[in-house]
This record gives sequence, C-alpha cells and structure tokens, in this order.
Amino acid sequence: MRILRFLVVLAILGAAAGWFLTAPDPLAASDIPDREADADHGEAIFWAAGCASCHAAEDAEGDARLVMAGGRAFPSDFGTFYAPNISMDPDHGIGGWTEVEFLSAVMRGVSPEGQHYYPAFPYTTYARAGMADLQDLWAFFQTLPADSTPSRDHDVGFPFSIRRSLGGWKLLFSSDDWVMQGEDLSAEVMRGRYLVESLGHCGECHTPRNALGGLDYANWLAGAPNPSGEGRIPNITPAALTWSASDIANYLRDGFTPEFDSAGGEMAEVIQNMAHLPDADRAAIAAYLQALPPLE
Amino acid sequence: MRSIHKAILAGVMLSVPLAASVQGAGHSDNPYAGHIAARQGYMQILAFNIGVLGGMARGNIEYDAEAAQTAADNLAAMATVDGRALWPEGSDNFALEDATTALPAIWEDMAGFGEAWMAYGTAAGGMADAAGNGLEALQAAIGPLGGSCGGCHRNFRQSDD
Repeated sequence: MRILRFLVVLAILGAAAGWFLTAPDPLAASDIPDREADADHGEAIFWAAGCASCHAAEDAEGDARLVMAGGRAFPSDFGTFYAPNISMDPDHGIGGWTEVEFLSAVMRGVSPEGQHYYPAFPYTTYARAGMADLQDLWAFFQTLPADSTPSRDHDVGFPFSIRRSLGGWKLLFSSDDWVMQGEDLSAEVMRGRYLVESLGHCGECHTPRNALGGLDYANWLAGAPNPSGEGRIPNITPAALTWSASDIANYLRDGFTPEFDSAGGEMAEVIQNMAHLPDADRAAIAAYLQALPPLE
Repeated sequence: MRSIHKAILAGVMLSVPLAASVQGAGHSDNPYAGHIAARQGYMQILAFNIGVLGGMARGNIEYDAEAAQTAADNLAAMATVDGRALWPEGSDNFALEDATTALPAIWEDMAGFGEAWMAYGTAAGGMADAAGNGLEALQAAIGPLGGSCGGCHRNFRQSDD
C-alpha cells in the first residue's frame, strides 16, 4: 500500500511538473528595453525575416506584399496550417496588440491570450534575433495597412490539436543557441549566421525534421523533403551548393542561377524578400553558407 | 521589325539541334515529346540571352552596349512568339513524370499562366529599353526580369530549389 501511495504521489507530482513545464512563457514588460524604435530599420527586418512569404495573400506582388491578410495554406504531416491575418486590423489582425504582446508572439511563440502558437510560425528561430531589431519590426508593422479578412482555423488533428502539448514540443526542440559555433568566425560570417539562422529562418525548410517535427540539427541545411509532398528542398551546404560566393549573393538578388536558369517554387518568393536587403547582407549569407560543414 | 524577324529566325535555327537531341532522349510512348523539346529549347534560348545580360550585370563579362541590346531585343522578340500550341493538355509532369517539369497547375489556372507570361513580356520590354543605356540601367532591369521568370516558375514549374 505504501508503494502504491508513493506512486500516486509521484504521478501527481509528475503531472504537476509537466503542467508547469509546458506552460506558455511570454515576455514581461520588464524584459523589453525602453527605446525609440526605428520603423525604417524595421522594414529591413521585415524583408530579412520573410514575413510576407507566409502572411501576404497568395500571389501578391509589389505593394500588395505589405498587406498581411494571411490565408495561405501550409500542408504538413500534422495537418494544414493557415497563415493568420497579422495586418493592423484591430479585430481580425494584430492592430490592438501591445509591443510586449508582439514580442512574446515572435520570440516566445505565445499569443496575447496566453496560448502556444504552432511552430509553423518560426518563433524558435526568431528567438535568436536581437530584441531591438524586433522592436523596430513592430514599429514598421504599425505603418502597414489593415485588412479585415478573418483568420482561418488550422486543420490539425488530435493530439496536435491540444495546444498545451506544444509546451512539450518547445521544451524538446526550441533552443536559442547558434547552430554554427566557433570563436573565430569573421564579422561577415556572424552577420550571415544571424540572417540565416534567425531572421531568414532558412533551416525551417532546408533542414530535415524528426518524427515530431523538431529540426535535425545534425543535418543542418543539408536538404529535406518538401512538406507539400512534392520534390525535395535542396542541400545548401558546400557539399552540394558549389557556387561562388558572388553567384550565391546574386542569386538572392535577381533569382538567376549561375547558368541563368531561374529560381522556382517557394524560393522565387524568398528572393522577392532577399532582393530588398543591402548587398552586404546577401554577401554575408553567402559567406555563412560557404563556412558550413559540407554534409552529403 | 527586321531585328525581331532576325531574332526569331535565329531562335528557330538554335532550337532545331536542341529539339532533336532532347527528342532523341525522350520516351517513345510520350505523345508530347516534340512539344516538350520545343518548350525546353525555347527556355534555353531565353537562358542563353539572359546569360549575356546577367553576366554583364554581375561583372563576369565586360559591359558591351551593342551585345547587351542584341540580347535584350532577342528576349523581347521571344516574348512575342505565340507559343500556345506548345502546351497541349496532358503534357504535364503528373501525366508524363520525368519527361517534363511543367506542373498540372498550368492547365488548372491557364489565366494565371497567361498573366505570368505577360509579366515576362513587360520585364523583357523593360530590359530592351535599358540594356543599351549603360551598365547601371542594365543592372536595374535584371532584377525585374529575374522576378518575372520566378513569378511563373514559382507556381507552374516543378522545382527542387
């Protein structure tokens, strides 16, 4: 009997610990530095972070890529996710949010209602971003138009439909450590690391995932099946990507491969974002990719 | 107009050996092998001319106003070719697998495909207006040109990039 009682107590403690550990962990107002945000710099962050790739309407071009109406479908092994409206509409978008709510969403994956977001939203990589950059991003978001398209519910089956379970996912798979470690990285490679590993969230597609959807860091950027089920997303480590640094940087601006074929698929859209970056940032991304360990 | 005719003629001449070689490698049970070879040859002509402009824009080859203008005129002329007969229904990569990278989306959204094609014409026209006017003008036009290629390949070509 004593052993049974012990086990029951243990189970209750375990459940309590689990409940505690899976609790959403938003930022507090005291975590946010008090500074004058720079919306112009926020625009550069907006393009580097690729917000429009998911949250602009499908096939939006030009200024329409600044309308964060959402609605695009993202099929995955866990169900279909729909990008929400993150325009400045106070009812259907995020126009009523505060700065700390925005930063908690982007860096911690926690909604203003205190729920976990699904990691289709790459907050695990944005967590590596500088908070000042994301404060500037919020300042830029506030200059963007409102759109009243309602967000669509995700189509996700049990058990992934229980949002609390995402707390466990975060515990297992989220890390704000840099993937590329090293004491002697050049300033250019470090800038590239920031753009690739954090804002650009390149690993979200170019790195394979385990059965639970966590990134397989041992195969960082070594290519992965396309979550849509069609084709593969290529290996961009030096084992496969053998272009010169200048070819890589130019590809990210004009979309042409060294043979003057053009980018296609999702990458065509990524280049629409990357084309807004300064030349030095595209060169930094190229320098980082060339510094990666070659993985077959 | 004469330069356009010359360009089309050059395009046809260029595409013949290409088409022959691609057709030779095709499957005999593919009824659209000729169509696909012609489409791919067409794209090779675009890539060849874009290579001249892109090479200059990237500083890999020295800027030459005449060569740039010729390449840009070729691209603009290619945009005027009525290629509708090259795209019969059923010549997609779902039906024919590896013989083509043309996605079924082309036939599901022919209007969108046509719009993407028109966007290429606009970008090629912009390049033809710019290419002879100095390297900076050419460089400013190469991004929109690449964007128009990607704008079509994004939804209509099977891609692993």
